[in-house]
Amino acid sequence: MYLRLLAALVLVLASGSCARARTAHAPLRWGGDAEGGAPFVEADAADPSKVRGFDVEIASMIGQDLHRAPVFVQVAWASIEASVERGDFSIGMSGVEDRPELRERHAVSIPYFEFREVLAVRFADSARYRTLKDLSGKRVATLGGTGAYQMLLDLQPHDGPLPTSYDDDVHPYSDLVSGRVDAVLLDNIIAERSLRRSGGFYIQPAPVATGHYVAVLARADSALRDSVNEILRARMRDGSLEKSFRAWHVWDDGQAQYFARVLADSTRARTAGAAASVRTVRSYLPALLRAAGITLLLSCLAMLLAVAVGIAVAAGRVYGSPLVRAPLTLYVEVIRGTPVLLQLFVLYYGLSGFIRLPAFIAAVLGLGLNYAAYESEIYRAALQAIPRSQLEAGRTLGLSEAQILRLVRGPQALRLALAPMTNDFVALLKDSSLVSVITVVELTKQTAIYATNIGSWVVPGLLCSAIYLAMSLPLSRLARRLERRWSSI
Amino acid sequence: MTQALDVRDVHASRGSQPVLRGVTIDVAPGEICALMGTSGAGKTTMLRAIAALGPFDSGSIVVDGFALAPGQVPPESRLRVLRRSVGMVFQSQSLFEHLTVMDNVTLALVHALGWTRERAESEAMALLTTLGVSHRAGAFPRQLSGGEAQRVAIARALAPDPTLLLLDEPTSALDPARRGSLGEVLRALAAEGHALLISTHDVDFAEAFADRVAVLAKGVVVEEGSPRDILSESTHADVRALLRSPSSEPAR
Repeated sequence: MYLRLLAALVLVLASGSCARARTAHAPLRWGGDAEGGAPFVEADAADPSKVRGFDVEIASMIGQDLHRAPVFVQVAWASIEASVERGDFSIGMSGVEDRPELRERHAVSIPYFEFREVLAVRFADSARYRTLKDLSGKRVATLGGTGAYQMLLDLQPHDGPLPTSYDDDVHPYSDLVSGRVDAVLLDNIIAERSLRRSGGFYIQPAPVATGHYVAVLARADSALRDSVNEILRARMRDGSLEKSFRAWHVWDDGQAQYFARVLADSTRARTAGAAASVRTVRSYLPALLRAAGITLLLSCLAMLLAVAVGIAVAAGRVYGSPLVRAPLTLYVEVIRGTPVLLQLFVLYYGLSGFIRLPAFIAAVLGLGLNYAAYESEIYRAALQAIPRSQLEAGRTLGLSEAQILRLVRGPQALRLALAPMTNDFVALLKDSSLVSVITVVELTKQTAIYATNIGSWVVPGLLCSAIYLAMSLPLSRLARRLERRWSSI
Repeated sequence: MTQALDVRDVHASRGSQPVLRGVTIDVAPGEICALMGTSGAGKTTMLRAIAALGPFDSGSIVVDGFALAPGQVPPESRLRVLRRSVGMVFQSQSLFEHLTVMDNVTLALVHALGWTRERAESEAMALLTTLGVSHRAGAFPRQLSGGEAQRVAIARALAPDPTLLLLDEPTSALDPARRGSLGEVLRALAAEGHALLISTHDVDFAEAFADRVAVLAKGVVVEEGSPRDILSESTHADVRALLRSPSSEPAR
């Protein structure tokens, strides 16, 4: 180990002395999301510590021309812009889409790739659903925080399709094939890759729109951005970008024409509207409130289910024979011992071979059955806290055990359980944000979409917090009041 | 005359510790019998066995013609007849804290006997009036004084009109004046034909209101007879010990 370190040190010193220009610069840190996969950035199957993809090759071209060694930094796709502004790395590049808000907030390179937004449908629908107009009122899936999602959102009030957002680009297509959604709108690169990988659907040849991939840099880093632009133009001219795109099978005639256009008009001026942020607050607030409604409805339904199942499980564990108690105990322990996120995945994706639950139903079931395990423990403790003499008084009056549970033990236990139950409901309200992983857009997800689109968390974060507090504070107050009222029992 | 309660040679134990070692006792309708003894003498164990709340090992217990078998307490479904014949007033009263006084008293009438609510409430009101607590019908148990709670507990136990009423240490939470008025109430119940078995170590109370006294010591009845005979003339060591103890001890 020591020897190897020493060897590395010697190597660095040696290379420094013979090529001073190269080591005069720090390494070039660039960020991307390897989970997005090929052809952008993916972990190298031969050496998972390395990444490959056309974005990786572009990063190494930039590094080469800047005489800086590229170093890859893994970052979640939706956080690339926030991370580059924080200074986690200098250049973000992972199929980042060009859009006005991005240019308003950050330094953005010239687009280095033109893609087409294409519509994928099931074979049977290929004649029926040719454009977005044909999909009025149908569910159309896409990635959250993309231009495609924004396009769907903009169309929705005008008889457009119902946007369904995903966090990854695999499940939109598997849900298309299984019938959960009617179409997928994403860029042609992702669509073609999915077609190669799994197939089972048809890509409409006519593009819905075109978009561009860019490199994003911190707002203050415009000097580096200008150098990156020069490098990109040079690499378009000398054919090395084309070579890389060809190697990743993403080159076509459209791309050649696009390169020619860029080189002809090398000073593309873009201006963003100054009033854009006010406009976005106005346009997103109704969506946030709608999402808050979904959060509230989802939480209420899940809590109802949790209370009903929780009471049944608690009664079974207190009154049942060992044969009844054993499976109920197993249920409670398994649910409490595994992450709710995993339970949601299993329910929505894992069981989709047997039963295809709509996302909202799966969310209610997942959260409800998870909380039922916790509720049942509250009720069990409350039932056991009722003094034996209360039950004996019921017996001597000639009440049956079921009547004693319903008329004496249950109501008294409920009073003990109400305060912890209300606390659980407040927790559920916030845990409901987890269901965004199964495509339900609730308050937190909507906020994340908003924040990704405008490239800032400040306003969306404050709005979202205010809405959560407005929902949970009255509940906490109710819990305290109930606790006070029944504290003497 | 058939007895309301007939207990013969009952043995009971808690774990390996014998508590009752051959108790024989009976109570006739219209009679108040005081089951006396110091703490730990087995009074409560005896009452719980009669009310089918606790098991006994051997012997026989017959309540109003219904025979309880030794061994584990049978399931409630096989105790319907006994439940109608026996009412119990607990030492701690054990009123249902979440229900009003009225609902406490009507609960068994409505749910165990299937009466309509109107009929149950008029019966309950009559009972509460007899016991002098009708003005508390809308109150919750925690709002009652000790004496009021005691009367409500009696009303609740009496509502299904049991032949035998068991009272476990009914005077332990009462001041002397309230003890006297409780005694009057119990005498009136006996006059209506109820049989009352009262566990107590309150000598003055037993002497004033009981028809008969049975003294329990170390799990057996050591003396039985009229209060006057037993409490003033007995030479039995255990009875003298009972008489020397303070007439009321704090509620357990």
